[in-house]
Parts: sequence; C-alpha cells; structure tokens
Amino acid sequence: MGNSIEPEGRTIALAGNPNVGKSTVFNALTGLRQHTGNWAGKTVTNAQGRCKFEGEEYRLMDLPGCVSLLSSTAEERAAREFLCSGEADSVIVVCDATCLERGLSLVLQVLEITPKAVVCVNLLDEAKRKGVWVDLEKLSGLLGVPVVGCAARSGKGLSRLMAAATEETEEREARYIPYPQPVEGALDRLQPLVSRWRTDVPARWLSLRLLEGEQPVPEEERGILEILEELWQEQSPQEFSDAIAGALADHARELARRTVTGLERGYSPRDRRLDRLFTGKWTAFPVMALLLLGILWLTMVGANVPSQLLSQGFSWVGAWLRELFALWSAPAWVTGVVLDGAYTTLSWVVAVMLPPMAIFFPLFTLLEDLGYLPRVAYNLDRCFQSCGACGKQALTTCMGFGCNAAGVVGCRIIDSPRERLIALLTNSFTPCNGRLPLLITMIALFFGAAGGGVEALFLAGLLLLSFAMTLAASRLLSQTLLRGMPSSFALELPPYRRPQVGKVLARSVLDRTLYVLGRAAAVAAPAGVVIWCLGNLTWNGVSLLTWCAGGLDPFARLLGLDGVILLAFLLALPANELVLPLLLMIYLSQGALVEMSDLSALGTLLGENGWTWVTALCVMVFSLFHWPCSTTCWTIWKETKSLGWTVFSCLLPTAFGMVLCFLIASAARVFGLG
Amino acid sequence: MEEGTSLDQLRAGGRALVEELSAQGPMRRRLQDLGFVTGAQVSCLGNSPLGDPSAYSVRGAVVALRRRDARLVKVRPL
Repeated sequence: MGNSIEPEGRTIALAGNPNVGKSTVFNALTGLRQHTGNWAGKTVTNAQGRCKFEGEEYRLMDLPGCVSLLSSTAEERAAREFLCSGEADSVIVVCDATCLERGLSLVLQVLEITPKAVVCVNLLDEAKRKGVWVDLEKLSGLLGVPVVGCAARSGKGLSRLMAAATEETEEREARYIPYPQPVEGALDRLQPLVSRWRTDVPARWLSLRLLEGEQPVPEEERGILEILEELWQEQSPQEFSDAIAGALADHARELARRTVTGLERGYSPRDRRLDRLFTGKWTAFPVMALLLLGILWLTMVGANVPSQLLSQGFSWVGAWLRELFALWSAPAWVTGVVLDGAYTTLSWVVAVMLPPMAIFFPLFTLLEDLGYLPRVAYNLDRCFQSCGACGKQALTTCMGFGCNAAGVVGCRIIDSPRERLIALLTNSFTPCNGRLPLLITMIALFFGAAGGGVEALFLAGLLLLSFAMTLAASRLLSQTLLRGMPSSFALELPPYRRPQVGKVLARSVLDRTLYVLGRAAAVAAPAGVVIWCLGNLTWNGVSLLTWCAGGLDPFARLLGLDGVILLAFLLALPANELVLPLLLMIYLSQGALVEMSDLSALGTLLGENGWTWVTALCVMVFSLFHWPCSTTCWTIWKETKSLGWTVFSCLLPTAFGMVLCFLIASAARVFGLG
Repeated sequence: MEEGTSLDQLRAGGRALVEELSAQGPMRRRLQDLGFVTGAQVSCLGNSPLGDPSAYSVRGAVVALRRRDARLVKVRPL
C-alpha cells in the first residue's frame, strides 16, 4: 500500500442509521443529487460518487442506512459486507446529534470491524434548536477516533469531516467494547483459531458472530467447531447473542450519558403535537384526506391559468412558424410532419403536463421532506396487515407516485420475501408521474364543468380506487399465490424536519418535472416518426396504423375504449407519459387536423373521434391499471430474477383494468349512458 | 399480569423497563438493535388511529410495532 498511486483513488464509505442525513452528507460532498427523503430506508443500494478534497480525488460509497450491522435485512447485509471487505480506506459513520445513543451503537459495531473510522455528528443545528449539546472532544477521546460536528444541510463542518476522513489511519488502534466475562472468556479461546482460519475479516468480530451461531463454519475447521460446541453447552447461542447485544446497548448508553447534555430525548414536544394531529384517533384520517384534497385542488386550479396561457403562447408561435415555413416555401410534407405533427403534439404535451406537475411534485416533496410519509404508513398499517402485507408497503406505494420503477426498487425495505413480492407486484397499481397528467387532463376536459373542487374530489376518488385495488390485489395474492402469515415489522417514525422549501422547489422542478417532461418529449419525437411511417405505409391501400387500430378495435370497444387508444397504450410501453401524445399523433395522422388555439381544441379533437365521458372514464381506469412501463418491467425482472413474476406483474394490473373497464362500459351500454 | 406484563399492554403515556424478549430469530435481533434490550426504558406514545400498531419511544427514537410483535417484549411497568 502506501506510496503507489491507485487510479481509482481512495475509497471512503458512508455508514449510518437510517434517516440521519447520510444522503445529505453524500450529496453535499459529491455534488450529486441523490434523492433524499425523511424516512428510513431511502437509500437501499450502495450509491457511488466522487469528490475532490485538497487536490485529490476520492471515491465515496453511500451505504444503505442501518440500525445495526448484525441483522439479516438486505440493507444491513450490504453495509456489513462492504465494511468487512476492507475496500474502504476509511469509514464515515453519520450520527444524528438529537438521537446520538442509537448512532453510537452502530459506531461501536463499525469500530469492531475497522478502526479507520470517523464519526460525523450530523444535524447539530437541529440539536441546538432542541437544546441538545454534544461534547465532541470527549466523545472522540472515549472512542479513540476523530469526531466531527456537522450541519450537512447548510454545509457546515464538511471540510473538517473530509480532513478527518483522509487523515492517515495506519497507526490507529481499535478500541474494543469490553463484554461480560462469559463472552470475553469464549473470545479468548476462539480468537487464535479464528485468526488462523480467516485473515480477511477481523478475528474478534468474526468470533463474536460465530458465538451467536449466525455464521456457518466449514467442517474442516474442526478445532473451532469443537470449541463452539463446548461453549454452547454452557450458554446457548441466543444467550451469547443477548449478552453481546446488551453490552453494546449499555456501552452506547453510557457513552451518550457522558457526552450529551440537554433534552436528551430526540422526540420534542413539537413532534408530539404534530403526531397527535397526524396520527390521532380522530384527526389522522380527516387530516390525511384534507391534505390529499388540498394538494389535488391546488394542482387542478393552479394549473388552469398557466395551461391556458401556455397553449395560447404556443399557438401564437405556431402561427408565426407556419408563416415562416410558407415564406421558405417548404414542401407540404415537411410542414405536415414538423408543424402539424411534432410541434402541435409537443406543445400540447407541454401545455397540458407541465403546470400540474410543477405544482404537484413540489407539494408532494414538501410532505416527504417533513417526515409525513412514515406517518401515513403508520396510519394505514392495519389495512395492509389485514391483507397479509407489510405496513412499509404504504411507503413503497407512495414512492410509486413518483415513479413505479423507484417504488419497485424501494420494496427492498420490506424484509419478508413474501411481502416484498406482494408490494413489488402491486406497485404499478399506483399512478406514477407519467400517468397523473393524463388523469388530470381527462378530468379537466370531460368533467371540468363542475369546477376545481369537484375535479379534485374526482381525482381523489381515482387515487382511492387505485389504493383500494392495491389492497385488493395484495389480499388476493396473500390468499392464493403468496400465502403466508404477516411477518413482524418495526417501522421507525423519524422526527419531523422543517422542509427546505427552496431546495424542494428546485429539486422537484428540476429532477422530477423536467425529467418526466424531457422523457415524454424525447421519446415523443421518434415515436412521431414511427407513427408517421405506420400512418403512411400502406398495405392493400390501407395504412398500417389503421390496420393495427382496426384490428384492436373490436376488443377495445368491449373495454369502452377504441382501437387507437389501445394502440397508444401499447406503443407507450417505453413511458406512460406517451399515451396522450401518441393518441394525439394517431388521431392527427388520420386526417382530423385541428388548429391549436386553446385547450378546448383538444376536447374537440377527442370528441370528433367519438369520445364521450364514458370513454374518458375507461381511459383513466385503464391508465391506472395496465402493464407497467418497460423501465418498471426491467426493474421488476432485476429485482425478482424471474421471468414468470415479471410477466405476472404485467398481467395482474392488466386483468384488473380490463375487468373494471369492461364493467364500466357494459353498465354504460345497459343504462344507455354516454 | 401479576408481576411482569408485555409491551402491548402498555397504555399511551405508560413507561416500563424491558425485562426480556420472547421473540426468536431475526425479530429478536431487530428488537435488540432498535434498543429493546433488558433494562432499557420504553414508553408508549399512543396507538395508530386504527388501533394497531402502536408507537413506542425507545432510546430517543420512535418505533411503531404491531400488537403481535409488542406482545413478545416482556416489560415491568414503572
């Protein structure tokens, strides 16, 4: 080691309890924008980034948040394996200053694996507000490693943290936790043999795991096995395990007692008051409903005016472009493809999708930042429990609002494989980013006469339907294919944090809104070419597009849709955002050219193609329940490693959607509605 | 309920000391990691609006446990 310059640079790992601002530290150091949220389990995979400090480049690994390194949950195993691999040249353990005891218990476990650690006491600003004071110097003395105070959200203390993390650590002695006599005695006997067996893992640490009976020993290591058997005759592995866990907790408590002063309980009176409001017996559900309705109402009403302004602006520019094209005497097909196809469709997409997204996502992110989502999971757990599912599924469902692929990855926070699979398979029942704008547009066009309040109620109703179907599907799965008892679970309720309004705005507009819009626009253009080709290539005198749509039509009619709509859903497999633009392109390519003047023109176009409110309703329901987009399918395949489950995850929501649409369409036919 | 009782019996606002865990395997570990070790002080903050799970404060953090899991933590009320 030492003087050879490695091309990779040194590696620094970031470990810490969930929800202590680890991702914030990571983002601040690397300049990356990994999504942070106020709930446990936000980071489920090892994220990597690079950062420069004093002219040198470092690789930064953000390990998943974990309460300890001893359990068998996915996050903790990933973190433990990385730390044991010795790949990290130093480890930063991030702790929450307002809740230091918990963090220290992890620090002690990390120190058992490696002495090359730095403790980052984060959220000092929050601690100060709560009247908590941490004696960093004393803590550093007691632990034998550097301790740096930080307020990562405002960037305070980060350069000192990097300085400590890049310090030379070769000389450092690990300071071990003293265990009660039976454990120490056993360690004395085990350690010499263990250190001969494996040199890649610290012997003391591995011996402890062996005592707990958690680590298998190969048959060749007869010496170790014999000692273990002897030891276990006096004390069971569980007794050893209890003694170790107890000593760790005691030691952490003692450290915290000696270094933390002030209001030590991280849960402040303000948090209690908020909890009484958000999770109280009589207030929880009304507040939840009001928040949901409020957000939806603001989205619908707020989006109206900018949508109109945008579409007027676009039509003005369109007219100007048309004159320009005429001036250059461009061929008719160029004007057709560029102006009537691409420009019109794109401008509709932007006018219709941008304003609602720019309002909805910041609002949603604010709630996320505040720490409200875990409370939602807490309130709704009973529903999931009675469906044989995990309460954390409420969290992955909420993540699904952002992106189903993210929600599917997020399902890793659920420990039980059975419950994880349920959450994974039902995630696409939640309308994501890409589907919400379609719902909002449909409501505005076909049910908009009643005003913003009713529109919001309508959308809330649809979301309730998607939630009910999520529960129904979960229940169905846990009673048929994925039978089993609900497993145990422990959900952490983090302290509330004041949302960073400015950052939230920037992040949700840049990261979510523009991303979705960009994806829609980027894929819409090539899709436009495909559609143009399909519309212009003919077979037996009929365009391929008409062939396809015509072929799908009889079946689609059964579902209250038409062939074009079903074709649009099929072609929108790469991204759900595409359904609306594809619909428009197909209808436009069939000749019904409409001048873009305002939003009502969109309604006119759809009306000319035979849409009624029943069609719109079926489109919305089908949009809620159909196959997931290709990104989500790919993610499901990666997560399950099973083609069968991936196919099933497409069939399940599609079956729900088809049945529901069929029922709606049939009812409308019977009662002569629409 | 003569001498010891279990965590699920704790009413909102009640405080208790953890005596032992009757949970086995991964859940035992999990509970220990969260701070439910012998001698730790816990308090019940309340139930979720549908009655289950309940929120407990342990080691300065708040953890929600379902009733059937809380039953596995034997406590002595204070």
